[in-house]
Amino acid sequence: MRRSVMIRLALFIIATLVSLVYLAPTFVHPLPAWWSRFLPTDRIHLGLDLQGGSHLLLEVKVDKAIENNVERVKADLTNVLRERGISGVTVERVQGTQLQLKVPAASVERVRGLLKSDFANLTVVNTQTGGGMTDFFLTLSKEELRSLRDYAVDQSLETIRNRIDQFGVSEPVIQREGQQEILIQLPGIQDPERAKEIIGKTASLEFKLVDDTVNVEDALKNGPPPGRQILYGYVGKGEGSVGDKTPYVLESRTLMTGEYITDARVRPSSQLQGPYVELILNSTGARLFEQITGANVKRRLAIVLDNRVYSAPVIQERIGGGRASITGSFDIKEARDLAIILRAGALPAPVEIIEERTVGPSLGSDSIRQGILSFVVGISLVIVFMILYYKGAGVLANVALIFHILFLLAILAAFQAVLTMPGIAGIVLIAGMAVDANVLINERIREELRAGRAPRSAVEAGYQHALPAIIDTNVTTFLSGVILFQFGTGPIKGFAVTLCIGILTTVVTAVYMTRIYYDYRMVTRKLTRLSI
Amino acid sequence: MELIKPGLNIPFTNYRHIAVALSTIVNIVVLVLLFTKGPRLGVDFAGGTVVQVKFMQKVSVDQVRAGLGQLGTGDTVIQDFGGEGSNEFLVRLEKTSIEIGALGEQLRAGLSKQFGPNGFEVRRIESVGPKVGKELRERGAWSVIAATIMMGVYIWFRFELRFGIGAVIALIHDVLVTIGALMLGHYEFDLTIIAALLTIVGFSVNDTVIVCDRIRENMRKIRRESLEAIINMSINETLSRTIITTGTAIMVLLALFVLGGGVIRPFAFALLVGFFSGVYSTIFIASPVILFWEKGAAQRRSVAETGVRKAEVRAKRTSAK
Repeated sequence: MRRSVMIRLALFIIATLVSLVYLAPTFVHPLPAWWSRFLPTDRIHLGLDLQGGSHLLLEVKVDKAIENNVERVKADLTNVLRERGISGVTVERVQGTQLQLKVPAASVERVRGLLKSDFANLTVVNTQTGGGMTDFFLTLSKEELRSLRDYAVDQSLETIRNRIDQFGVSEPVIQREGQQEILIQLPGIQDPERAKEIIGKTASLEFKLVDDTVNVEDALKNGPPPGRQILYGYVGKGEGSVGDKTPYVLESRTLMTGEYITDARVRPSSQLQGPYVELILNSTGARLFEQITGANVKRRLAIVLDNRVYSAPVIQERIGGGRASITGSFDIKEARDLAIILRAGALPAPVEIIEERTVGPSLGSDSIRQGILSFVVGISLVIVFMILYYKGAGVLANVALIFHILFLLAILAAFQAVLTMPGIAGIVLIAGMAVDANVLINERIREELRAGRAPRSAVEAGYQHALPAIIDTNVTTFLSGVILFQFGTGPIKGFAVTLCIGILTTVVTAVYMTRIYYDYRMVTRKLTRLSI
Repeated sequence: MELIKPGLNIPFTNYRHIAVALSTIVNIVVLVLLFTKGPRLGVDFAGGTVVQVKFMQKVSVDQVRAGLGQLGTGDTVIQDFGGEGSNEFLVRLEKTSIEIGALGEQLRAGLSKQFGPNGFEVRRIESVGPKVGKELRERGAWSVIAATIMMGVYIWFRFELRFGIGAVIALIHDVLVTIGALMLGHYEFDLTIIAALLTIVGFSVNDTVIVCDRIRENMRKIRRESLEAIINMSINETLSRTIITTGTAIMVLLALFVLGGGVIRPFAFALLVGFFSGVYSTIFIASPVILFWEKGAAQRRSVAETGVRKAEVRAKRTSAK
């Protein structure tokens, strides 16, 4: 008996010391230098709702990525058909992601052969024959679609990670959620609007020729002629921006995209114009750009970003050296953000913010203050009540309560759990429930005493008979905490975590720790009187 | 100190008919309201945007609305938040055509014009798209239902089926009463409310567990009394701990309700109602259900006997008599 008490006591002392070590970084600043060499330095992590920051959920429009891909396949197919000399075939994209081929009867077999040999990634879903023509309806194969979807989401995630890294946020969380969503958490961010701007831009850069032979007014009125499109000029967001919403008639064909960009830098403004972004192209891009500019001297080349024309300068001469520049009506901040986006590359598909939760830093610190205040007041009420109601046994329960809080916080720190406002509420609530086990034990001991048992056996019977109910009540609360964790997002998860960990620590402190005290008294001297 | 004197014997089960009738009416009313009028949904569930703005000086709701300009029209709700003198407002924007990301900037621009760029502080923005809202709503409802059933299954596993049924009915009662109180108090339903409901489910069942535990113990110990007498005895014996365990939780919840701030207040309110209801339902709902179930089972058993388990229950019952 004596040995068992000593061992249990030693275990609790060790647990207490370990807890203090884990909590020191949170409560002691600065830590002594020798500490960080071999002891934990992680503080309790605060959730976005307490330290301020932005939580964003993005949906990647994967269908758009698939459409783009189908569009590319269509161009391939048209080219191959031409190369093989199969004439009279038209290729159209229908219903978003299907391709429709209209093939004259004479070429049907050759087309069939071609599809089998060169376009194995396409599946024929339907064929219709009528009027001397055969229609093929093609889609991308299932595996192809799945890998495209995955690629679109993974690539978006990488790109966004790059952008955020360059934007400079400490400890961002960027992770894939479900099928096509990306979760982003930006702690302590000062300018959420700007961050959103940088994250959400598709940044699809295209170079297209302006068609000056078409009258813009006519095109606006009657729609653009075939193979042409109308896009509008970009208007800067900065103060004093001079952009316009001029419509441009462009050739729909994209001469070059942003995929060849290796670097993008902001160049300072000159007297004549605002700052501009200089693009540096890789060797393939440089060659392509030289070709394009050489072939179109004296024509206007529109630089289109996300379907807005930033500028459309006249090509004066063939441009070699792999450098191009985007001028436009933006201020230095916007130019810098644009450079970040172009450096990090385009998103393979547009993204949409489907959930945003942003908390300013001042609200976070207010919440912490309110949380601590309600914690102190709530726990004081419980402590006073327990002493009034159970006297000595109440003091014992309170000691257990304080150790429970110590262990709970230490576990939160050790496991790097995130403390949120609902999490603080959880700690306060759990403090009110922590003494429940002691209430059950004490009530039972009182009953046993009333039944005429001696203190010693009353304590033993009390613990023994109260235990099943204590276990059951805690299991049920724990289960609901687990369900909450499964369901919850962000702050709510924080509540579920504190609830579940708190239940474990209360059982340990309220049942096993208090028992050490009684056992200790039993071995040292006779347990003849109980204060309960 | 003792709240409940030992030897107290209130015949709780005598009030079961009136209690069950009353609770049934209340629950039906809540259910009808829930499916006709529906609760006020927060942005988590309904979609839309809520913005918490703090002003540096005293402003009125009308001034804020004017500052919002275009955004201030239509379904926009502006309400005082955070009590006297804090000059904080919650602006709730319903479905807008503007993209979620761009809304904050537009709002800031409008308010800057009215109050100057440093006259206010946007402290919180929460936007939820309609698709997300619907998903959260469904998952929230299912998680509460799943938790309730799980509690019942656990009690069934640990005790007996009839105790599990009693616990589930008591929990449904607590959840409905809480929902009703939240609707009466014009609280918005959001994720924290779901968290509260789940906690209520996990905690309210505790009292039921304690009473069931005692009923089982007394059934083994005392073989001469009727089930009704044993239930009454058990409720009375465990009454003080039922009241005290809930009481300490209520103490901390009051602190949270009064001092915890605007985000926590609805959460604390829901828990307060749910915990009170939990004590009531344990005494007046769960126990009668066990009794009703027992009486029904006895009648059924007299007609036909099947299964080992029922025979076993009967053996226990007859030996108890």
